[in-house]
Amino acid sequence: MSRDTVFDPTAPLTPTGNLRRRQVFSRLAIYGATAAAVLAVGVLVIVIYTVAARGASALNLDFLIKGAPAGIGPELVGTAIIVAIATAIAMPIGVLIALFLTEFAGSRATHLIRMTLDLMNGLPSIIIGLFIFGLLVNHHKQSGIAASVALAIIEVPLIARGSQEVLLLVPGSLREAADALGVSRWRAVLGIVLPSALGGILTSTVLSVARAAGETAPLIFATSVFDPGKYSLNPFEALPNVPVRIYTLSEEANPTGFAEAWGLSLILISLILFASLGARALFARSKRKMA
Amino acid sequence: MGYVSSTLPPMSATASPTAHLGSRPSRGRRSRRKQADRIGDAVLYGVCLLAALLSIAMIVLIGYQVVHGASPAISKFGLGFLTGTTWQPNFGEFGAGSLIFGTAVSSFAALLLGAPIAIAIGLFLSLLAPARVRGVISPLVEMLAAIPSVILGFWGILVLAPFVHENIEPFLHGTLGFIPIFGAAQTTGSSVFTASLILTIMVIPIIASISRDLFLAVPRDVQDGASALGATRWEVVRGVVLPSTASGVVAASLLGLGRALGEAIAVAQVIGAGSEIQASLFKTGDTLAARIANQFPGALTELHKASLFYLGTILLVIGLVSNLVAHWIGRRFSFEGGTLR
Repeated sequence: MSRDTVFDPTAPLTPTGNLRRRQVFSRLAIYGATAAAVLAVGVLVIVIYTVAARGASALNLDFLIKGAPAGIGPELVGTAIIVAIATAIAMPIGVLIALFLTEFAGSRATHLIRMTLDLMNGLPSIIIGLFIFGLLVNHHKQSGIAASVALAIIEVPLIARGSQEVLLLVPGSLREAADALGVSRWRAVLGIVLPSALGGILTSTVLSVARAAGETAPLIFATSVFDPGKYSLNPFEALPNVPVRIYTLSEEANPTGFAEAWGLSLILISLILFASLGARALFARSKRKMA
Repeated sequence: MGYVSSTLPPMSATASPTAHLGSRPSRGRRSRRKQADRIGDAVLYGVCLLAALLSIAMIVLIGYQVVHGASPAISKFGLGFLTGTTWQPNFGEFGAGSLIFGTAVSSFAALLLGAPIAIAIGLFLSLLAPARVRGVISPLVEMLAAIPSVILGFWGILVLAPFVHENIEPFLHGTLGFIPIFGAAQTTGSSVFTASLILTIMVIPIIASISRDLFLAVPRDVQDGASALGATRWEVVRGVVLPSTASGVVAASLLGLGRALGEAIAVAQVIGAGSEIQASLFKTGDTLAARIANQFPGALTELHKASLFYLGTILLVIGLVSNLVAHWIGRRFSFEGGTLR
């Protein structure tokens, strides 16, 4: 209520003066926050729309199965091999770390390991590329395996954090019941705790795969010199792969190359988006079922 | 999520997982079974411990390999490498000065643009949006983080850069040209500014999802109390929500900054690989990570490679520090790194 108005009992109950100003400001803030959300979704829609519109024209069966310059078959197969091996390495390690955190570690060890996982997760992927180059490629040669190890390092913290989260959701009563029946620790963990958390563990694995499949920086070091025209299945050689191919094509100013890169981008982005959306939906369901 | 003690099995209070076993001697089949259980427990514990130790060893090994690869350059250039601004592989002269500058400028610009937007999104998702809208928008915002950086960079080259070059740069130069950072537009859209925009897109989902979780955790009754005292929606946010989560929001921004500092591919695609320190955002530039990605495959001399490893060492130190600080500030909140939720 501003100072110079005289109290008038018949005036309508609408805010005036300072209150009005405050409410207008508040409403503007709400519009601003809404606009920010719309902006973010808008950017996502624009990016996906561009990729879909420009990539769709390239898509046909030949494009999917033939080698360059007609198609992208070798890259798809190579990426599948690299990511499969990476996940085969990362999943057991990630789940074991999560088990260590939930079943065995005291609070100090938990803090240490969680900090380590955070650091691994925050590590720029180009650093992991340098590391893999120094460890596996330098003095040897490029290989799909080197790429898989690099991607495994990216996947481990994601799988471990996700699995830990679902393991913590396993009701304590299950563990206590097992203890009361005299079931030993390892049987309880392998027979009761892990199976009931399996859905969530698989979810976080799928999410980590979606993240790893698009990583480019480490692959530049590990498996970038390949013949995009030929299928290659040997992981001890450099394997053709989707991200590096997109990167190479994007650096060459060549319209047919751009068309191929849009096609590759469309395939990659749809795989990733479907995998992560599906995994999220599954996770929400299994979480609801357990809680 | 806190470490709820009731979800822990009772014996985790003791150091050894086998402490509860074998206190009572028994015979025959039972004892053989106990023997097997004792071995099983020990093996499971050992394997889990090994995996956990492996993660620590990995960090140490990564640090060692990167510094080891950089050692020829470190012994040749010393700390002068950090301030030297010449980068001429043909003459064996290397300095990281302009790259550190480019990294700092592009990342801070991205944070300056991205953090307010992301915090606003976090507020929208946590306090304003109805549950059903939140259920749709939240995953969509996180989808932004799932777009591979190489695709974002490719889109940046062919879609964003021309748009920025033809529309945004002339506009900003025309209206705000008296500020040196908005210099004249160059011949292409490859610029520090375009790179900052790409980084902004990458930073937003990280900060938004963490701050949304932070805001959701602010107790409802405190907010209702403020409302009951007559505070408007904004005043509740300004007076209750933001102050109680400020340190967490700072930590989230640091995580976003770490992501922006370390992004190599997308930046390499759009920043234009310039080598000079320039005030204008519309000129080409380069960052530590982008320089590594650009030049490593073609690096011929050992010194060139070692210098790129040296850049990696700088990046590693900056990245570790920003993550550690974020971890330290944010430990009160223990957020989930924005991966699952």
